[in-house]
Amino acid sequence: MPTTEPVYYSLTCYVNGERQTLRVRAANTLLHVLREDLGLTGCKPGCENGDCGACTILVNGLPIKSCLMLAVEAEGLQMTTIEGLRNSPVLSVFARKQAFQCGYCTPGFIVNCHGLLSAHPDANVETIRFWLESNICRCTSYEEIHEAVQAVFCAEERCKAVILRELRRGRYGRNPSYSENHTTDR
Amino acid sequence: MIPFDFEYYKPSSVREAVLWFQQLQVQRKNPMYFSGGTEIITWARRNSIQPGAVIDLKAIPECGVIGFHQDRLILGSCVSLSVLSSANPFPLLSVTALGVADQTARNQITLGGNICGKIHFRETVLPLLMSDSRVILAGEKGAREVSIHEVFLHQIKLEKGEFIVQILIEREYLSLPFFHVKKRQIGNVGYPLVTMAALKKDERTRTAYSGVCVFPFRSIEIDQALNDATIPLTNRIEQAIGKLPAPVVTNEEGSAAYREYVLKQTMAEAVITLEGR
Amino acid sequence: MLAIDKVRYFGEPIALVVAEKEYIAEMAALRIKADYEPLPVVHSPSEALRKDSPLIHEHLAKYKKHEQVYPEPGTNIANRTRIRKGNMEEGWNKSEITVEVQVTMPQSDHAAIETRCSTAEIMPSGKTIIHSTSQSPYIIRMAISQSFHIPLHQVIVHTPLVGGSFGGKSAIYTELLAFIASSAVGGRAVRLVLPREQDMVSAPVHIGLDARIKLGCTREGKIAATEILHLFDGGAYSDRGAVMSRAGATDCTGPYRIDNVQCDSLCVYTNHPYSTSFRGFGHPELTFAMERAIDLMAARVGMDPLEFRFHNAIGPGDTSPTQTDLNKSNLGDLPMCIAKLKEIIYWDSRPQVQTSGHLVKATGVSCFWKNSNTPLNAGAGAVVIFNSDGSVNLLCGAVEIGQGTRTALTQILAERLGMEERRIHISTDVDTETDPWLWKTVASRSTLLSGNAVLKAADDAIEQLKNMASIILERTPDELAVGGGRVFVIEHPGIGIEIAQIVDGYKDSTGNMIGGQVIGRGSYTMPDLTLLDPETGKGKTGPEWTVGAQAVEVEVNKRDYSYRIVKAATVMDAGKVINPEMARSQITGAMSMGLGLASREAFLFDPNGAVLDLQFRTYKLMRYGEQPEYSVEFVETPHLEAPYGLRGIGEHGLIGMPAALANGLSAATGASLNRLPLTPESIWRTVHDSV
Repeated sequence: MPTTEPVYYSLTCYVNGERQTLRVRAANTLLHVLREDLGLTGCKPGCENGDCGACTILVNGLPIKSCLMLAVEAEGLQMTTIEGLRNSPVLSVFARKQAFQCGYCTPGFIVNCHGLLSAHPDANVETIRFWLESNICRCTSYEEIHEAVQAVFCAEERCKAVILRELRRGRYGRNPSYSENHTTDR
Repeated sequence: MIPFDFEYYKPSSVREAVLWFQQLQVQRKNPMYFSGGTEIITWARRNSIQPGAVIDLKAIPECGVIGFHQDRLILGSCVSLSVLSSANPFPLLSVTALGVADQTARNQITLGGNICGKIHFRETVLPLLMSDSRVILAGEKGAREVSIHEVFLHQIKLEKGEFIVQILIEREYLSLPFFHVKKRQIGNVGYPLVTMAALKKDERTRTAYSGVCVFPFRSIEIDQALNDATIPLTNRIEQAIGKLPAPVVTNEEGSAAYREYVLKQTMAEAVITLEGR
Repeated sequence: MLAIDKVRYFGEPIALVVAEKEYIAEMAALRIKADYEPLPVVHSPSEALRKDSPLIHEHLAKYKKHEQVYPEPGTNIANRTRIRKGNMEEGWNKSEITVEVQVTMPQSDHAAIETRCSTAEIMPSGKTIIHSTSQSPYIIRMAISQSFHIPLHQVIVHTPLVGGSFGGKSAIYTELLAFIASSAVGGRAVRLVLPREQDMVSAPVHIGLDARIKLGCTREGKIAATEILHLFDGGAYSDRGAVMSRAGATDCTGPYRIDNVQCDSLCVYTNHPYSTSFRGFGHPELTFAMERAIDLMAARVGMDPLEFRFHNAIGPGDTSPTQTDLNKSNLGDLPMCIAKLKEIIYWDSRPQVQTSGHLVKATGVSCFWKNSNTPLNAGAGAVVIFNSDGSVNLLCGAVEIGQGTRTALTQILAERLGMEERRIHISTDVDTETDPWLWKTVASRSTLLSGNAVLKAADDAIEQLKNMASIILERTPDELAVGGGRVFVIEHPGIGIEIAQIVDGYKDSTGNMIGGQVIGRGSYTMPDLTLLDPETGKGKTGPEWTVGAQAVEVEVNKRDYSYRIVKAATVMDAGKVINPEMARSQITGAMSMGLGLASREAFLFDPNGAVLDLQFRTYKLMRYGEQPEYSVEFVETPHLEAPYGLRGIGEHGLIGMPAALANGLSAATGASLNRLPLTPESIWRTVHDSV
């Protein structure tokens, strides 16, 4: 049987480069803790069922849906929300290309796209589609988003070199690292 | 938002996980093993399941392995589908995994979680069934290694308190010719109308299906029908359809009649693709 | 707001729980046990009109009516609008060819990514503060005031930048529930956030339509008569559905010259979720029906589908179905749109259908028009306040829902004041306590209504500036103009004064103050609108039409009828394009929504009337990577009543998309595809049923 008393756990994690220590309900999702306990309302609830991507954040550099992760799972992890991507080149390109209307889904798209740029700086059209079809935009036709993404991934070599150097330095949040989560003995 | 509370445990060894389960079971807390957690969270927020405790397996080193031991590929049950696909040790499994949900969900969904889920589709089991994989289980009585066919028939059948630690696949299966198609109602994301995976081994095609019935399956009878080169392909497919293990499903993705129509075409595509390879 | 005695649709709220935390409220709600006695279910508008159909509302005769609607007590008819124009007998006599079409478009969802939510707080003084993601802050204020007897000025409604809406947030829903909840806990602030599943079915949805059209045409290809029956699926309650069914009558012919018209447009109660405004307001639905009929007729007459449309396009000198006289200003230029569309889709230089193995490419076309159906007093106000540095704050009631209206309004103001846009501040929020009203941010009307109010406010401010400057510069106001941050003498632009020096009044050389802060005010209400004659439908419901022509190219895999949408094009008469990038993305966004609606979006019901697809897992929306190549072009025929001649464009890109997609897929498959959504399965079914 589920308990009737809330069960709280202490949680230490790193959000946008800052160490955070919180007390969280085990049954609460990361989305709600980020929004309500940390005031990071840039991750948006759209379905709370993993279907729309509006709540996407980076966990150890990889985009995940914060509505599908318990806050307690985040112990010791590095997280980046849209608030931590203020200087991301992806954000400025989305703004410049007007790749949004109401803006509600936009943080999720930017976070996902930023994660993709970090993981696969040379992503091809198919990889871009595979990643970005995780998010739903209801206002735009995706044409503007596509143009913004094209601008990010087809940036002039010189711009790109700067972006990649900054990414490697961890200026926009930490790089993805599979080995932290998964031991590999290949 | 999940409308009840539960306890959370994150053991760092197989033994610790099993012990937690036993103890929580004694306390009647209806414990559940928790891997990617995506399905548990989606069911729990709709109050369809009410675990009193979850035991997160992701910190158990054995559950996070991808690698080879002698001639077998070892896949930890907590390896995420996106890691599995990008590491790509078993291409058929990679493409099958890439058909599940979407990329950011696949960063969380794990191989073990997908196989043990309640959702009907559980597509990543298809390559495991066709490659006669072996499964390492841990439970009250210790660890055991069994054939996937012993523990997966339509759904996972484990002893109370058991969980999948690893999946083992013989190396010879990894590079066999294969076929995979996922057809949806529409669009590139979503549950299958028909998912069909096939492998060619020793000149015979092995097939497995998801979306067709309310469970994923491999059927020896269907494979026999499809491999019967003495009769024309359309007749083979008719016979194969006659051997389906359960009625073809009608749901939001499509009706049984259209599914069957699509299934037949897909079977033909698979046989034609793998013939001569 | 809560069902009493009888639950009329799946998702209808029966109880409200207030708690300290959301999860506690959910826990408590799960403990409420309700015993339901199953009643017979009315599944469609056609079913609802059968003689033996159960009545959804037994006491319809006693209901209070807010707008011009004609319910028929003793039936499930919530509203009927009649159009009787010309002489039907004459029309049919001229018609050497007739076609009949029946179409079905099921209910679906607005699916804004932000779900509906609001907060209500009742202060000890009685002041009530509502925050809501709404398109209708002033209607909320009125509804709370009237329903709960609170003076209007005591109700204050705030709307933020709204996370998508598409008509769905023009209906009042969570606000009244939040108010009730707050009053149940002594006025404490209560927040109500709908989970996706409730947002999809408990709150109002996109209207459905069953329609039957008979079209008559001469052998030369001139449409002579039409008889139309619209059965709109209004669901269990009348929200805007009743008015949408009226809109379905007023523009029922589509943008074609048809002299003899008979239309009965009904809003019908069913046991479905209730319907409200949706982008296009009845027009995507009526257009789907009419444009399928037009395509079939073009084929019967043996004319090219675009040529047939061009040939029958409505123009100045004709009258609308409601017998409004049409001219260039109120109608725009459809033939020009069709001609331009032909060019951009290379219509004349390649066949409509091209086959390559099992793949078939085909292009479908459609035309649309839309006027609005607002209450007669729909209007707006605006205030322009000058700051001491010469910058401006613009106050108005248009809600920003991503459509860019507030940006367009600052552009309009900047143009009139001759100043830079960046010197004009407009907030993203609306606050009914300080912002002058706008009826609702709907119907692609905000830029017209608020835009005209802004221009009047600007003119008012300009007059004040000129009057003050005339004293300082010792000229008559007529000799002066405002621009570049100055008031200057027209004949000698070098002579003038900085606005910043006079906006708070001007201290002259003797130390005396002249004037005070400059505050411009303006308001606007659409003139000359009338109610419709209940027998003939004669009347004027809106100020102007926006017309356009659209095309969709598809590539169908004839093995399983899956398809790819390759290209989609729109040419629209926008009157005047205020912001080209935003206009284009409004139109492509609407086109995308129309393509999603046409290809996949529909509520699926079980035999008990429960909705099966109430999550995005199974209710599918277009996703990244499925977008076709979009082409958008404009024609600019000014609407003389509107700021700079602009016409509404926010909804119109959607209107013809379902029809164009259905026409394209019908051309590709050779089947008559008259039921939405056009999933591969539904195409397969039609192809198989017709052989």
